[in-house]
Amino acid sequence: MDENSALAETPLVNNHRKLTAKLAPFGGWLMPIQYSGIIEEHNWVRKNAGLFDICHMGEFIIQADLTKSNLGNLVTVNLEGMPFNSCRYGFMLNEQGGIIDDLLVYRIGNSEWMIVVNAATTGRDFAHLKKHLTGIRLLENVSQSLGKLDLQGPLAAEVLAALTGPGIKGLRYYTFDYFSVLGEEIIISRTGYTGELGYELYMPNNKIPELWEKLLSDRRVKPIGLGARDTLRLEMGYSLYGQDIDEKTTPLEAGLGYFIDWDKEFIGKSSLLKQKQNGVGRRMICFIADSRRSPRYNYRITYQGKDVGAVTSGSFSPSLGLGIGMGYAGCEIPSGEEITLCENSIVINAKTTRKPFYKNGSAKLGEIK
Amino acid sequence: MTVPDNLLYTKDHEWAKLEGDKATIGITDFAQHSLGDITFIDLPKPGAQVKQSAWCATVESVKAASDVYAPLSGEVLKANAELTSHPELVNKSAYEAGWFAVIKIADLEEKKTLMNPVQYKEYIQGLSK
Repeated sequence: MDENSALAETPLVNNHRKLTAKLAPFGGWLMPIQYSGIIEEHNWVRKNAGLFDICHMGEFIIQADLTKSNLGNLVTVNLEGMPFNSCRYGFMLNEQGGIIDDLLVYRIGNSEWMIVVNAATTGRDFAHLKKHLTGIRLLENVSQSLGKLDLQGPLAAEVLAALTGPGIKGLRYYTFDYFSVLGEEIIISRTGYTGELGYELYMPNNKIPELWEKLLSDRRVKPIGLGARDTLRLEMGYSLYGQDIDEKTTPLEAGLGYFIDWDKEFIGKSSLLKQKQNGVGRRMICFIADSRRSPRYNYRITYQGKDVGAVTSGSFSPSLGLGIGMGYAGCEIPSGEEITLCENSIVINAKTTRKPFYKNGSAKLGEIK
Repeated sequence: MTVPDNLLYTKDHEWAKLEGDKATIGITDFAQHSLGDITFIDLPKPGAQVKQSAWCATVESVKAASDVYAPLSGEVLKANAELTSHPELVNKSAYEAGWFAVIKIADLEEKKTLMNPVQYKEYIQGLSK
């Protein structure tokens, strides 16, 4: 038996095989980890435009009258206050303030939202919503039929304009609109996970291979695997669910408090307020190594001779040419402090820093020519 | 995957090129290919004693750190300093520019435990099935 046989496959699995990608399990899916090589792919996204198969992620459509439903309490995002055609990053929390998932909310209409969640947690998230939601009109898991491709990089707008028309260039950061692509009216948002100018395209699964091929036929576009997706997001200091954040960590510990809307009610709020008042017991810190040697998951963090925590994400940073990482420390450590990251005989000298590690990303570019 | 005819191999994908009582050592094309982009290499220092099948170097790729074991026992005479700033040489040229170290062989008998190119080729074919 093939050990990968129990894994779910995206509509593009044969396209990846044709491109001789390295495939590996991720979140219950068989996904492309790399095509030409992680560093080459990483640099391509920073300079050109990269295409990612993100069909594994989950999407829910919810319709509800917020005055008659508790929907607003299920996420930290202010569903009522967010403008139409905007996107917001936020969380679904448990009563203790622990993160059930981090997510993106799209305001589709007056009483309709799309919620985009992580692949490995899609089933659990849906069950959580189903269990807790009352008074809603519709809750639909469209993950099986709706695919997603991410096009990311400074040339992404130029590339996409050939498909959608120049209107795409008017789309502002963290907003979305409908565009006609391959005969379908699809949602395209100006969002991403790389720190570069980029878009997420929501296309029915049956048209995903055609869209993939069409975008790849542009010579400025190359396919990018999850390996480079990980180094790109880490250079921005973005958290990865299941690794940097989970049900046992709160947004405050993770340094993501600024994504919380305190003016509304949500599950977990009272726990977070308590934590805010009493102070957090541990806090996410970011660090840069003094060499190419890179910290790895679970390496211990030492500060002023004391063991203070562990690394949650660590990698070589292709843009900086140094090891970088994030992890939780049980004490406050200001930026610029010397720490060490160790496992057995490996000792890496590093300095704490502020995110992002990579500061020249094109994501928030104002006017696009 | 290239497997040069003039080298001996281990099952952990190290190679050794024997010249008299000296051996140049490194990792194979198969190893560099499975590791992906190599970003850092921790080499043994000249003067250090390495033991067959025991740790002699660490290779880091973007994704992970992996141990490299000495194909033969002996004293390290030279380490490839180029790899400190250009570890990618191992990806580009695993058998030439990407050599790790030269050792003075302690016991020539140990070479009997290594695979010849034909055996190693068969071995990696078996692995990729």
